[in-house]
Amino acid sequence: MEQTNFQLKKQDTQSQEWSKRLHHATRATREDWIGRGISYLCIGVIILVVASMLWFITSKGIATFTQNHVSLWKFLSGTDWSPSQGKIGALPMIVGSFAVTFAAAIVATPFAVGTAIFMTEISPNKGRKFLQPVIELLVGIPSVVYGFIGLAVVVPFMRHLVGGSGFGIISATFVLFVMVLPTITSMTVDSLRAVPRYYKEASLALGATRWQTVSKVILRSATPGILTAVIFGMARAFGEALAVQMVIGNAAVMPKDLISAASTLTSQLTTGIGDTIDGTLPNNALWSLALILLLMSLFFNALVRVIAKRGQLKHER
Amino acid sequence: MNAKRKDMIATVIIDLIVAIVVGILFFLLAYILIKGLPHVSWSFLTGATDSFDGTGGIGVQLFNSFYLLVLTMLISIPISLGAGIYLAEYAKDNWRTSLIRSAIEVLSSLPSVVVGLFGFLLFVVKFKIGFSVISGAIALTFFNLPLLTRNIEESLSAVPRSQREAGLSLGLSKWKTEVGIILPVALPGIVTGVVLSAGRVFGEAAALIYTAGQSAPVTNFADWNPMDAASPLNPFRPAETLAVHIWKMNTEGLASNAAALSAAASAVLIIAVLLFNLGARVLGSYLYRRVTASK
Repeated sequence: MEQTNFQLKKQDTQSQEWSKRLHHATRATREDWIGRGISYLCIGVIILVVASMLWFITSKGIATFTQNHVSLWKFLSGTDWSPSQGKIGALPMIVGSFAVTFAAAIVATPFAVGTAIFMTEISPNKGRKFLQPVIELLVGIPSVVYGFIGLAVVVPFMRHLVGGSGFGIISATFVLFVMVLPTITSMTVDSLRAVPRYYKEASLALGATRWQTVSKVILRSATPGILTAVIFGMARAFGEALAVQMVIGNAAVMPKDLISAASTLTSQLTTGIGDTIDGTLPNNALWSLALILLLMSLFFNALVRVIAKRGQLKHER
Repeated sequence: MNAKRKDMIATVIIDLIVAIVVGILFFLLAYILIKGLPHVSWSFLTGATDSFDGTGGIGVQLFNSFYLLVLTMLISIPISLGAGIYLAEYAKDNWRTSLIRSAIEVLSSLPSVVVGLFGFLLFVVKFKIGFSVISGAIALTFFNLPLLTRNIEESLSAVPRSQREAGLSLGLSKWKTEVGIILPVALPGIVTGVVLSAGRVFGEAAALIYTAGQSAPVTNFADWNPMDAASPLNPFRPAETLAVHIWKMNTEGLASNAAALSAAASAVLIIAVLLFNLGARVLGSYLYRRVTASK
C-alpha cells in the first residue's frame, strides 16, 4: 500500500516535470527571444538617433521664430545678414547654396553621363578594368582634400583668369563639380547597366546606329535612374560643407556675380557656430540655417522616392 | 549617311568627355602626390604640431584619426550588426518596416555638417562633455550607422534561402541560424563594407570640427592609462584629426608653408584611403575564399 502510494507520488512529480517542460519555452525559443531582443534594441537605437536628431534640430531651428519673434518671411527674404545687430536675412546663403548646387549639377551631368555611356556602351572593357576603380577611389577622397586642391589650384587659377580674389561661386562650382562627378557617374553606370539587353539588341537589329540606340533607347529607359543619380549628386553638393567653405570666400552678401566672395548655408554654419553663445539670436539664426539644410535633405530624399515610384510604373506598363 | 555622321560625332564627343574626366582625375591624384610626398618623412608622420602656427609634424593628428576610427567602429559595428539582422531576418513587410527603412535612409542622406552640429548640441552643449574623442566617435557613429546597416542587411539577404532552411530544419533557433550559419557566409561582404566605411570615417572632417574639436594637445605617448589627462587614450580630451588639421591649416593659414604641409597631410590621407580601399578588396576576396571553399 505504502509502496504504491510512493509510486503514485513519483509518477505525479514526473508528470509535473513533463508538463513544466512542455509548457515552458525550449532553449531554442529562449535563444530566439534574446536574439530578437538584441536586434530590436539595435534598430531602436537607430530610430532614436534619427528621431532625436530631427527633434533637436527642428526645435532649435524654430526658436528664431518662436522665441526671438523674427518673421519667417523676413528670415527667408532678407538680404542683410548681421546677426550681432539682430538682422538675419538668410537669402544670401540660400541663394548661394542653390546656385553652387545647380551649377555643379548642370556642369557635372553631361560629363557623368558621357563617361557612363563610354563605360557601358563604347568600351565596357576599359570601363570595367580602368575607369571603375578610379571612380570608386575618387568617391572615397575626403572632402577636405578637394577643398585643399580648390584652394591651391582653382582659386589662384580663377584669380589669374578673371581677376579679383578668386574666391566665389565659380570656384565652389568647380570644386563641387569634381566632387559630385564620381557619385553621379557611378550611379548612372548602374542604371545604364540595368537596361535590359534586348532593348539594345532590338534597336540595333532595326538598323539604328550606336548613337541612335544610346540616345533614343538606352538613355530614355534609364532616365529615372539618371535623374536619381543627379539628385544624389545635388544632395551631396548642397550638404557639402568644408570644401565649399574653403573656396567660396564666406561673405554673407547677396552674390552679385560668379566671381566675388559669397557664402552658402553650410559655410556660414561651419564658420559661425563656434563663435556664438547658445540660446542667443545669432546662435538660433544659425540653427535655422541648419534646419533649412535638414529640410532640403528630406526634400531630396522624397524626390528620389517619387522618381523611383514613377520609374517602376513605367516599366510595369 | 546623316545618321552615321551623327554617330561618329557623338562618339568623338564622348571620347573627349572621358579624356577630360580622366585628365582631371589624374591631375588631382598627381598634384597631391607630387606636391605632398616629398614633404612626407618619418619626423613629419610622428612629430608634434607647433601649437601656435600649425607647422611641424602630424603625429598626434594621425594617432587621433586612428583612435577615433577604432572607437567609432567599436560602437557602430555591434549596433549595425543587430539592426542589419533585424532588417534581414525579423522585419516583416509592412508599414513599420518601411518607416524604419526610410528613417535609415534619411540618416544616411543628412549632410555630415548637420550630424556634426547635432553631436555638438548633444554632447558639448547639453551634456557638457566638451570637445572630446568620445563626442567625436559618437558623432561619427551616427554618420556611419546607416551605411553599415544597409551593407550588412544586403550581405545577409544575399545568402541563399536554402542555408536558412537548412539551419531551421535542424531545429536551430532563428537567431542561432542567423549568427551561426548566415553571418559567416555573409562575412566577406560585411568586412568589405566595414573597411570601405572606415575609409570614409577616416577622411571625415565636417562632423568632427565641433565634436572632437580643433586642437590637438600634446599627449604623452608613454602614458597609456586612459584615465590620465595627458594620456593619448583618454576619451575626454579634444582630438583634432588629420582631416580637420588640413582644413584648419588652410582656413586659418598662419603657417608660412601651409600649402606644402597640407599637401603632405593630404597625400597621407589619400594614401590611407587608398589602402583602405585596397584592403577592402583583398580582405573581402580572401575571406570569400576561406568561407566558401571556392578558388
